[in-house]
Amino acid sequence: MTDKVLMCGNEAMAESAIQAGCDAYFGYPITPQNEVSAYMSKRMAEEKRVFIQSESELAAINMVFGASATGKRSMTSSSSPGISLMQEGISYLAAAELPCVIVNVMRGGPGLGNIAPSQGDYFQSVKGGGHGDYHCIVFGPSGVQEFVDIVPLAFDLADKYRIPAIILADGIIGQMMEPVIIPQNSKLKTQNPKLPQKNWALTGADGRKQNIVRSLWLADGAVEQHNYDLQAKYRQIEKKEVLCEQYKVDDADIVLVAYGISARIARGAIERARELGIKAGLIRPITLWPFPSEQISKTADKLPVFLVVEMSCGQMVEDVRLAVSGKAPVVFWGRPGGGIPTVEQVFEKIQELTIKPKKK
Amino acid sequence: MMQKVFTRSKTLKDCPTHYCPGCGHGIAHRLIAEVVDELGIRGKTIGIAPVGCAVLAYDYFDVDMVEVAHGRAPAVATGMKRTNPDKIIFSYQGDGDLAAIGTAEIIHAAHRAEQLTVVFINNAVFGMTGGQMAPTTMLGQITATTPQGRQADGQGYPLQVSELLSILPGAIYIERCGLNNPPNIRKAKAALKHAFELQMNNAKGLSLVELLSPCPTYWRLTPPDAMLWIQNEMTKVFPLGRLKG
Repeated sequence: MTDKVLMCGNEAMAESAIQAGCDAYFGYPITPQNEVSAYMSKRMAEEKRVFIQSESELAAINMVFGASATGKRSMTSSSSPGISLMQEGISYLAAAELPCVIVNVMRGGPGLGNIAPSQGDYFQSVKGGGHGDYHCIVFGPSGVQEFVDIVPLAFDLADKYRIPAIILADGIIGQMMEPVIIPQNSKLKTQNPKLPQKNWALTGADGRKQNIVRSLWLADGAVEQHNYDLQAKYRQIEKKEVLCEQYKVDDADIVLVAYGISARIARGAIERARELGIKAGLIRPITLWPFPSEQISKTADKLPVFLVVEMSCGQMVEDVRLAVSGKAPVVFWGRPGGGIPTVEQVFEKIQELTIKPKKK
Repeated sequence: MMQKVFTRSKTLKDCPTHYCPGCGHGIAHRLIAEVVDELGIRGKTIGIAPVGCAVLAYDYFDVDMVEVAHGRAPAVATGMKRTNPDKIIFSYQGDGDLAAIGTAEIIHAAHRAEQLTVVFINNAVFGMTGGQMAPTTMLGQITATTPQGRQADGQGYPLQVSELLSILPGAIYIERCGLNNPPNIRKAKAALKHAFELQMNNAKGLSLVELLSPCPTYWRLTPPDAMLWIQNEMTKVFPLGRLKG
């Protein structure tokens, strides 16, 4: 499959995970990500790897925990309500410093919400979600090809930093079909040879001292110290792993900030604005944590208007405001609960914000 | 020549434990360590510690170990065993862990016929958190959350997990033993050994050994009286013997 193929995002991502050396996939049915587990149930068997349909998302994330604790590359996928159930496990994975990949094909919420595409889980993904001070690396792909390309990177960074990686997609990215190239790397399994060996993994203490994977430290000050160690790791990730695309930002009077499918829509609106001579640009965070605060802050020095477009009531906008830090106006526009912004709606918002008052 | 007839198991570390005087965890740990030594599987065994009094079990067992979220050990064990079929995986879980918050995980691990060894410590209370009612608490038993004694009306009956599991085709061996006197402790060791051997022999299904274990602290009994309480009270609801396999 080195040729271009037409696949839906969920299936293409799943194949990419197999090519990235995923040893085990665990999942529980939930729309709109069911193509992942259906695809995995067939392909993982062909590859003689592990596929389990678990009894719940709680079990799925803990199966990931178990496989990951033995050093195997493992993953799960779900959609918003299921990801909420996994938060306990994600906190434990973060605390025990276990690598894994978690795919969230977001749907409308809160509660059972609906099965339409949404971006309402930004806070949950980048601000912790579960209990305690922790982060996961979070990616926000904006198309099927990027969904595919991020998977091996997510596995590698998860292994490198011993941290859970979340791929925050949405119902559109998961369901739509696009031509993609899936990099072939079928020899890769468990361990990317370019990364450090997993000496911490539980493999049986044959001829060596016992390894322990845990998230409990009862000694006085031990968890405080563990938190400082985690934070030091997070600062390294913030320094080295930010990914973001900038499009026509240099001369822009209005800079849109959007991720995922919202960024595709925003880009369409920017093209229309440019056709009419409105200088609009786009900053598209690819990593949502670490967040491209520096790139946004530098852009803010040029004093454009920022327009943040999300399929939510405004979540990422808070991080944009922090990055801009009062230097320039930040305006939010979005639609929650499965409402999908149109190019026209975003374009109108751009026009509204860039119309210069007529001279008297 | 003096002959040494008794020594510490290699799989147990040489350190004091945090368990209360008269607690059954020490006996259970010892039995598991002896079995692991005798079967020669220390180098390929991975243990799973629960949330509860045995949360620090990795400080006592000298094998690779993981400590997991409350009740989730059978799911974690599933992830480990499926990706490492050559390893011997055991979970060590109390009655709060396995019979309350982790009921779904243990039932479905058995239902899927996971090739795991589960050690289920039933001491009829939540020990770690201060002696609250567990699903296994006896009727009339006074705990921190049943000050009038457990009443069936409103608090339900003692939950017989081993009996529940034994009807599942995926559970291939279920036995309940008592840690209350030397003959029963010897039977418990034989049961544990069988449960590990089944996994070593690649038997297709889950093995579980339930151990009725004394908690003198939260039963408010002396250690000898706690042993008698197992015999005289607990075994009425939790009869000893092989339920399956």
